Amino acid sequence: MSVATEAAAVPQRSRQELVRVTDLVKHFPITRGVIIRQQVGAVHAVDGISFTIRKGETLGLVGESGSGKSTTARLLLRLLDPTSGQVELEGQDITTAAGSQLREVRQEMQMIFQDPYASLDPRMTVRDIVGEPLMVWNRWRNGGAMQVAELLERVGLNPDHASRFPHEFSGGQRQRIGIARALALRPKLIVCDEPVSALDVSVRAQILNLLANLQRDFDLTYLFISHDLSVVRQVADRVAVMYLGKVVEIGDRDELYRRPVHPYTQALVSAVPIPDPTKERKREHIVLGGDIPSPVNPPSGCRFRTRCFKAQDVCAEQEPELVDRGHGHPSACHFAEPMELIP
Amino acid sequence: MSPVTRERDSRGPRDPATGTLLEVEDLTTIFHTEAGTVHAVDRVSFDVRPGEVLAIVGESGCGKTVTALSIMGLIPRPAGEITSGSIRYRGKDMLRLHKDERRAIRGDRIAMVFQDPLTALNPVHKVGTQIAELILAHRDVSRKEAWRRSVELLKLVGIPNAEERARQYPHHFSGGMRQRAMIAMAIALDPELLIADEPTTALDVTVQAQILRVLLDVRERFGMAIMLITHDLGVVAGVADRVVVMYAGKKIEEADVHTLYGNPKHPYTWGLLGSTTRVDRPRLEQLAQIPGAPPSLLSPPPACRFAPRCAYAQPLCRREYPELRPVSSTEHVAACHFADLDGWEPGLQAKELASRQEEAVS
Repeated sequence: MSVATEAAAVPQRSRQELVRVTDLVKHFPITRGVIIRQQVGAVHAVDGISFTIRKGETLGLVGESGSGKSTTARLLLRLLDPTSGQVELEGQDITTAAGSQLREVRQEMQMIFQDPYASLDPRMTVRDIVGEPLMVWNRWRNGGAMQVAELLERVGLNPDHASRFPHEFSGGQRQRIGIARALALRPKLIVCDEPVSALDVSVRAQILNLLANLQRDFDLTYLFISHDLSVVRQVADRVAVMYLGKVVEIGDRDELYRRPVHPYTQALVSAVPIPDPTKERKREHIVLGGDIPSPVNPPSGCRFRTRCFKAQDVCAEQEPELVDRGHGHPSACHFAEPMELIP
Repeated sequence: MSPVTRERDSRGPRDPATGTLLEVEDLTTIFHTEAGTVHAVDRVSFDVRPGEVLAIVGESGCGKTVTALSIMGLIPRPAGEITSGSIRYRGKDMLRLHKDERRAIRGDRIAMVFQDPLTALNPVHKVGTQIAELILAHRDVSRKEAWRRSVELLKLVGIPNAEERARQYPHHFSGGMRQRAMIAMAIALDPELLIADEPTTALDVTVQAQILRVLLDVRERFGMAIMLITHDLGVVAGVADRVVVMYAGKKIEEADVHTLYGNPKHPYTWGLLGSTTRVDRPRLEQLAQIPGAPPSLLSPPPACRFAPRCAYAQPLCRREYPELRPVSSTEHVAACHFADLDGWEPGLQAKELASRQEEAVS
């Protein structure tokens, strides 16, 4: 329980916010016409979300494909410019930062990608891949060999393999290379975008343990994006659930899994199968109808209402706000009510 | 949803205990590559009984998909080759049948649902047409009747506005809808065995729940057996009757689902169950992990393939391949030298048992 006990031991530090996201919006325009280009609509990828990430914690961001998780990650790192809203890192607004100021702040934020095959340049050696951030930032000391070796060792790779190419490694080892690269600049925040989804079960556990150890040793803060709720329960301290560009529920990990209050969170939790035949066959399952609607024309009012088993007329008229409705954590549902779905 | 009307062939009673539908015996499938011969499936035996859900579980590269492709006769030649064994459907060895007889079984009596429905569906034909074509190829019906049936099938798997949807192309369908269409196609000829290869892996978890429900519904309605190939131990726990665990081309354990989860005997199965993240378990300080990665299947040594990653391995494990042996009951087998020892379960005790057994043998 590294993070949980640490948090209890040093409450004043863990209370500090590292990241504050306020009313973040990203619309991708849809245009028509060649000569006279005009915007005919927009993909509402992220539509007004707010949350904070505290120093040293892991915030899990869950939701189905198309919910806006990856766009949120990219906005956080300013790989995309937001349509409106703010992202602050240690009080500094990075959405308006430019030039050298932006460069400075970018050293503090790194990313680990989903696909360990696509995210490493096949023509670069491991030494070049892991050392590149150091070189770019002029933090390359004495040829950097020692720094790279140390990083490789830290992520469980043999430093003697630094001159090898990515294709000589297995999927799990490649993900370790990606982690070493993210670690090179000793960032404060690492955004992990589905870092174990492409890996086999037995290798997945190795990577999750490694990420937990690194967090403890380097005092890292993670935004951990995943569609897999079982993985998030293992890694996150707090969890935010996204649906169609909105955060619908956010709360402490165990509270959110034990007593979810938003119907979408409830459906997600109940849909994740438990690897225990007796428990799994006895538990209640909420099976949602249909698919996630198009983010071009999101439903009026509550966006989840088209698939919701609790939807009433008011859901179409009035958008529920993300506020604490007396359950100890914020949720965005007019009819929020806790439900226990895990036996 | 109106039930599909069609001729019912004479089939045995839907009692899982009587008879077998498909017997795979000593199946060996190899691939010739530039680096050498890959032993993708190595002397694997199992059977599928009428009406049951048999899960084949394992990580990528363990041979579970190649097993399915071997049954369906879809091993690409000349790169791949079935070098030994038999695949008997109701007693008839499909590897030795005449082409026409084989065709009457594969695709008709045995159907398959693939992981990626977008590549499995033809992008230039309407969804309804693709299902109708299949019916026309195997059954003596009119074009109109085939179309009517394909609409009915789409309805049956829960596609709304089926008449309209049947006239659309695969790219109009969402991932979940495509997988429903694939299932509709697979059950179009009322097969006795449906092979589903990672049918929900590419889907979101709420859609996965829908598709699993559709699969169980069609089994309930038509009484077909399902061979479910997956890496997801959660999915298996929810739907399977029996489970075969594969590792590096070998079957390493087989048991009914409750025994496998309650009393597993192979250290690899222990490792898989231990390293799986669970939505019903508060955070662990460290997840149990299996060190290393699965071995290469180029000329594997005659030894336990899991030994290099096994916490309980003894010299014996690196010398000799452990044949499958019955444990706890005849229905439960495991390929571990120590699986039949009393008190063989994960922990320190197993280490002691293994080293004691090693001394006794050597």
